[in-house]
Amino acid sequence: MATLRLRQLVTRHVGPIDLSVAAAECVCIQGASGSGKTLLLRAIADLDPCQGEASLDGVRCASVSAPDWRRSVALVVAESQWWSERVREHFDHGVDPVWLEQLGLPAAAMDWDLARCSTGERQRLALLRTLMLRPAALLLDEPTGNLDPDSTRRVEVLLDDYRRQQQAALLWVSHDAGQIERVAQRRFVLRNGRLEEGGPA
Amino acid sequence: MNVIALSPVDLTVSALLILVLAGLSRRLRLGVERQLLFSAARSTIQLLLIGLVLKVLFDNAHFIWVALMAGVMITVAGREVMVRQKRRFLGWRGFGLGTLSMFVSSFTVTVMALVLVIGTTPWYAPQYAIPLLGMILGNTMNGISLGLDRLTQDAAQKRQILEARLALGQSWQRAISDSRREAIRVGLIPIINAMSAAGIVSLPGMMTGQILAGTPPVEAVKYQILVMFLIAGGTGFGTMVAVSLAARRLFDDRQRLRLDRLSVPGS
Repeated sequence: MATLRLRQLVTRHVGPIDLSVAAAECVCIQGASGSGKTLLLRAIADLDPCQGEASLDGVRCASVSAPDWRRSVALVVAESQWWSERVREHFDHGVDPVWLEQLGLPAAAMDWDLARCSTGERQRLALLRTLMLRPAALLLDEPTGNLDPDSTRRVEVLLDDYRRQQQAALLWVSHDAGQIERVAQRRFVLRNGRLEEGGPA
Repeated sequence: MNVIALSPVDLTVSALLILVLAGLSRRLRLGVERQLLFSAARSTIQLLLIGLVLKVLFDNAHFIWVALMAGVMITVAGREVMVRQKRRFLGWRGFGLGTLSMFVSSFTVTVMALVLVIGTTPWYAPQYAIPLLGMILGNTMNGISLGLDRLTQDAAQKRQILEARLALGQSWQRAISDSRREAIRVGLIPIINAMSAAGIVSLPGMMTGQILAGTPPVEAVKYQILVMFLIAGGTGFGTMVAVSLAARRLFDDRQRLRLDRLSVPGS
């Protein structure tokens, strides 16, 4: 149970942004390329210096250590990143086999070489890697950007389950109007550095 | 000792080699003849000057003069480390990181060797202190500049990976650990190679010089071993300190990767 709250957040040309994402709520953000969607998510994850503040359930970002903050307000980047050869080496806490199956990945996926994984497989694995941290809030940067329609739906269902079971707050950047229709409770457009409620004009 | 003193004529003969090389470079349009002549002239002047400086220094073995000389050497070495970086830290750290690390390692190792191993009186006797420091500094400088260059280049190239690791809640130490290890390794490779090849492939310059100057080979070899180990120690500790300080500086107090603290190459 956690509310993610942004107060007067400013990062480069984005902001000031005021936004509150309640526990078990999914808020979607659209916006043209270069409008700063990724910058906004990075600032919330405390990866870039920014003004204003973000808080989770009233606990300010600056009052907890950066790694702790990033584990509870977890960013899933658009292009998944890997640093070791095997998939398993990137999972500190193993993986929930049910989740693997839900995303259409075999249990053997953990022993795959990353060089052999497709972009879509990597993207789904990267999402699970973050979910294993059991974050209270998720910052999703086009989490289905490289996926086929079937995998996209699987990811949407999994995230929906996670949101309801963990009472997680989801902030979801997406370009897909149909997807936003399916997953969002509220939607915003990022335009000229400001969030505007509703769909694109 | 039966030193065969070299006359200016002897040196002129060897200088002919440089002239012939420059002529060839011009003939083959390699375009390095100017640089070649210039650097040859520069090294001649620099070495003659240092010869004079050392002569004066040896005659007036006062601590202040030795310290001043050492200070000049380390400042020049620090500048050299800085200009060799493609992406150097902005502000005083661009110069300070390498210089501080060199100071810590080279000075410690040199003083240790002077006091504990060679045991000269006074301990700062310039005949020993300056050449020793020079050799250790020269090699430490190489190790540190290689290590720092590798670390900053690596961090810039792997920015996305580093930030993905941070986003997973990893500490900066863990996120940068692979790059840091690699950078220290790269800094140590030259001295490891030099130690492996010493005596078989190459006769180290110091030892060769001593033998040419008439020292019995076994004595020269003992000194060379000593110097080799001192160099390895100085380079190793210096590189570790420099790379660790630089890795720390790549992240701020909120453990964000701060590549904006590095200069952009080519500007």
